[in-house]
Amino acid sequence: MTQPPRRIVQLEDVKVRFGSGQGGFLALDRTNFTVNEGDFVAMVGPSGCGKSTVLRLVAGLLRASEGQVFVGGREQGAEKLQIGMAFQNPTMMPWLTIRQNIMLPLKIVEPYASSFRAQKDGAFKERADALLAKVGLSGFGDHRPWQLSGGMLQRANLCRALIHEPKLLMLDEPFGALDQFTREELWSILQDLWMDTRPTVFLVTHDLREAGYLASRILVMGTKPGRVTEDRIVEFTRPRTIETTFEPDFTMLTQNLRASIVSARTELGATA
Amino acid sequence: MTFSPRFREYFDPTALILSIFVIWELACLVFHVSPIVLPRPSQIITMLIVQMPALWPHILQTLVTTMIGFTAGIALGVLLGVIVGVSRKAYNTAYPLLVGFSSIPKVAVVPILVLWFGSGAIPAILTAMVTCVFPIVVNVATGLATTEPEMEDVLKALGASRRQVLWNVGLPRAMPYFFASLKIAVTLAFVGTVLSETVASNRGIGTVMMMASASFDITLAFAGLFALAILGVLLYGAFAVLEQRVCGWASRKNDMATV
Repeated sequence: MTQPPRRIVQLEDVKVRFGSGQGGFLALDRTNFTVNEGDFVAMVGPSGCGKSTVLRLVAGLLRASEGQVFVGGREQGAEKLQIGMAFQNPTMMPWLTIRQNIMLPLKIVEPYASSFRAQKDGAFKERADALLAKVGLSGFGDHRPWQLSGGMLQRANLCRALIHEPKLLMLDEPFGALDQFTREELWSILQDLWMDTRPTVFLVTHDLREAGYLASRILVMGTKPGRVTEDRIVEFTRPRTIETTFEPDFTMLTQNLRASIVSARTELGATA
Repeated sequence: MTFSPRFREYFDPTALILSIFVIWELACLVFHVSPIVLPRPSQIITMLIVQMPALWPHILQTLVTTMIGFTAGIALGVLLGVIVGVSRKAYNTAYPLLVGFSSIPKVAVVPILVLWFGSGAIPAILTAMVTCVFPIVVNVATGLATTEPEMEDVLKALGASRRQVLWNVGLPRAMPYFFASLKIAVTLAFVGTVLSETVASNRGIGTVMMMASASFDITLAFAGLFALAILGVLLYGAFAVLEQRVCGWASRKNDMATV
């Protein structure tokens, strides 16, 4: 690769304030970071540090009070970047089948939306079924959301975030509510998906092992007010396996991350 | 002896109605209640059957008037419900007005409508409409206003427009609320129609009941009530079936599990 990687997300001195005056509070203070195309970035930090706020900013669900958020490129009129998003709660629409839920982005996002009617029973259906097969949900397309377990719903959620082949995949603690084994299985699936098509991934998590397993780069957030305190590259060879997470280097990484987060929390205690 | 659940579903309510009729019948016989005061169910049902050729046009008139008023009520109710429910601000602003409007006794509105449109079917249709519109507005608005923000975020993150969010999340999410209101609204529409017919009309069950009571034909008046009750139950049932068809997902029937 001779070309420098393209910056796909850039935050410049971003502040987010909720409420105003005495009752207001600063959720995010002078936050700066960039995400390059093809990166797998994980953001970790103590709860309440504004991880989800950052995610909502990038997804365009929230506006910065101050500073600039660039998504897709910083030039004026840059093409709007296609985003795929999965939240911690799978939020499947109960009135749709799993397949219909997964095809929902194709109904909204161009270039798919204009041919949705014509293709929903053809090419798009096959595409949804192929994705379902990848995450181990073959044959569940016609089921209703409440017939699936939490882990299965989260797999479907991942499919929905990926179906329109987004340039940027945003994941907000997607495996937070799952048991250890399902979680590790989904890490492996997500890594495979990432290595297949190399979308840019921005993962918010509080699980340090998850961050170490999946990410090429980890951003550590401090709290009150939230800001990025550390930015480190993760260089374990891929594909990583659960065994990777038992290697001494990996343990070192998670311990270091843990230490920075703990110190961010005690700093808070000292100033308060 | 065991019955299938489906059989029980119909058997229990029917048994309740029949036993009330039996008690009523026996009470009238035992206490020698004059039919001029309270006719027996057997007399009422006989009257209903014997007089059916004469009653039928009136029943049909009431049914048609109700359905027209009800349809207009649905159109107006959904429109207002969407406007009110689409934003929290609109919801808070319009709600007191809606409550105030619904608190007006509709019987007070009929003379005004008669003054404007003359007697006959038009004031009856309008009364049916204004009587049934409120639960529809409230339910559609509530269904929209209580949509989980997470569901909307799924679409907003994809860059969906407000209209797309409304169409793909808000409205389907509000459907069970809407159908729940229809079952109530259709019976209210009946009340509205009959109300207007008793005040100013020369056709319909309401008119029949007014004429019957004017000539002390209490049995006929009760026959009119029975006809109304039967129509009400039938329409309620029709909308309950429709609701199950359209919004089966909301009641999570287990028999849907085996695909």
